[in-house]
Amino acid sequence: MSDGFVAVNRATAVVPVKTPAVAAWVTGLLLLGVALTLAGVSVGSTGFESVLRASDDPIAWQIVWDIRLPRTLGAWAAGALLGLAGAVAQGLFRNPLADPFLLGSASGASLGIAIALALFGGSPFASEWLVRVGLTGAAFMGAVGGVLLTLLLAKGVQHTLRLLLAGVIVGVVLGAAKDVISLAVPDILQAMQAFSLGSTGFIGWTASLLMGGVWLVSSVAAWALSRVLDGMALGDATARSLGLALSPMRAALVGVLALVTGTAVAQTGLIAFVGLAAPHLVRSVVKTTHGRLILLSSLTGAALLLAADILARWLIAPQELPVGVLTAVLGGSYLLWLMHRRSLGGAVL
Amino acid sequence: MAITARAIRAKLGNVEVLHGVDLALHAGRWTSIVGPNGAGKSTLLKVLAGVLPCTGEVTLLGQTVVGLSGRSDVRGRSDRTCRSSRWRAQQMAWLGQNEVGGDDLTVYDVAMLGRLPHQPWLASASAEDHAAVQNSLRATQAWEWRARPLGELSGGERQRVLLARALAVQAQVLLMDEPLAHLDPPHQADWLALVRSLVSEGKTVISVLHEISLALNADEMVVMNQGRVLQHGACGDPATHRALESVFGDRIQIKALAGQWVALTG
Repeated sequence: MSDGFVAVNRATAVVPVKTPAVAAWVTGLLLLGVALTLAGVSVGSTGFESVLRASDDPIAWQIVWDIRLPRTLGAWAAGALLGLAGAVAQGLFRNPLADPFLLGSASGASLGIAIALALFGGSPFASEWLVRVGLTGAAFMGAVGGVLLTLLLAKGVQHTLRLLLAGVIVGVVLGAAKDVISLAVPDILQAMQAFSLGSTGFIGWTASLLMGGVWLVSSVAAWALSRVLDGMALGDATARSLGLALSPMRAALVGVLALVTGTAVAQTGLIAFVGLAAPHLVRSVVKTTHGRLILLSSLTGAALLLAADILARWLIAPQELPVGVLTAVLGGSYLLWLMHRRSLGGAVL
Repeated sequence: MAITARAIRAKLGNVEVLHGVDLALHAGRWTSIVGPNGAGKSTLLKVLAGVLPCTGEVTLLGQTVVGLSGRSDVRGRSDRTCRSSRWRAQQMAWLGQNEVGGDDLTVYDVAMLGRLPHQPWLASASAEDHAAVQNSLRATQAWEWRARPLGELSGGERQRVLLARALAVQAQVLLMDEPLAHLDPPHQADWLALVRSLVSEGKTVISVLHEISLALNADEMVVMNQGRVLQHGACGDPATHRALESVFGDRIQIKALAGQWVALTG
């Protein structure tokens, strides 16, 4: 039966394990994104008409170019940011249920925005670069604070249940703080309410380009740090024994997580569960290293949110649902199903 | 000397677990560390591996890896006199006890983690890396599962993959904490053969084993009790046997049986 364990140290020519599946998935997801973008540009409260007449009707052209296209591309970019955030969070916290919304980073980001609006005025949906970047910065600071508070409360990342509980508590407390500020400054109350529902309806070119830019930068950063996530998968001690300097790497990953969450939240409000669902969908199809998981999960999140956005516009047209409500219903059901399946498998959360 | 340790003190939480350990482990030998539960065996191994902060001095292959000031490079910083954690990681591999996680990585990807200390940042795996991974997966008979996720393997299968991960480092010194956990008797025998072949190539193996009879196969034995080294000697040395019997409260006896030393209980 067995020839015994044999120590072989000769270097032999080896064919690396190929992963054509991953390349195929990337291509497929990109094509899906293009198809959904076309659909997103075409579908609106005025139906397909504006696209068909766009070449000769300036108003129809304006609807497509100034409203639908930035919104559609923005929905794709926001989904990509959230999918990226989910993959990084789940790797960083070694926790398959980690998600920007369960770790306090999203509620921290929205608190940051409420504070910025209360202090400086302005609308969360303004399209000036200064306002957009300022709000994104505030959301980023809030997200960093939210994650750090969660980590402090959970005393590290070792205990899944404690981490999730801490995330929920931080979410509730920071959410309440945001509500207090909104009530104290009535000018921002209505804006914050629309913001809490999560919507892609206010994304203009500025917000869309900002999210696209941040997505490019953070994808590269997350990919560069992805080996640390792989190394940490077997535990901190193993990662240290492999010579990885964990503390600075972990800080950098928290920074990336806060930046992508903050950027998405600052432009679209609170859109839940995309970040949780995207990495799970990827992992249910292909098991791979974090470098590829991050990319695939980002593209999946983008397709998910864009599809949800189109659905939200189409379901009760000419009215539209806030897309955050839709993702909360769909994503929440997915989370419940996931917990049910995990408990069937005998695993404890 | 492969490893020397001087005046090592280490804490788990607020409790001091190692109370001043001095040790010198020879290169090209297999040393097993034994002792009752809570003796500090795993903690000592972690300190030697540089994954747990400590005070004292540790040298690896003649180079200081934990400084006299007690500042270790565990957190990625190092004294000017200390070698980097990357250098240490290339020279020394550590296999922890009950490493959990990594369920969504394939067996191949897990073994490839062992090549991290050798890979420049952002560089993809070289032909040498792939060769090392293949050799170590074949050495532990895990090559057939290379495309399977770690989470789908049984405990024993998983242990063989983690062992391959440690072998893939191709380090001079291997530290293994309970490497035989979950392995069935034939694979335990295979592990013994593997260790002997590593040692014959000049590698140094240091293992924590709770099965005394298996541990007595080693060249040398370190007997620990209550955070201190009680005895360090050859496995056939009567002084080692006496130390072993005493730390287990004279509830075991070391006897020669069929040309081997075995521990009899009762």
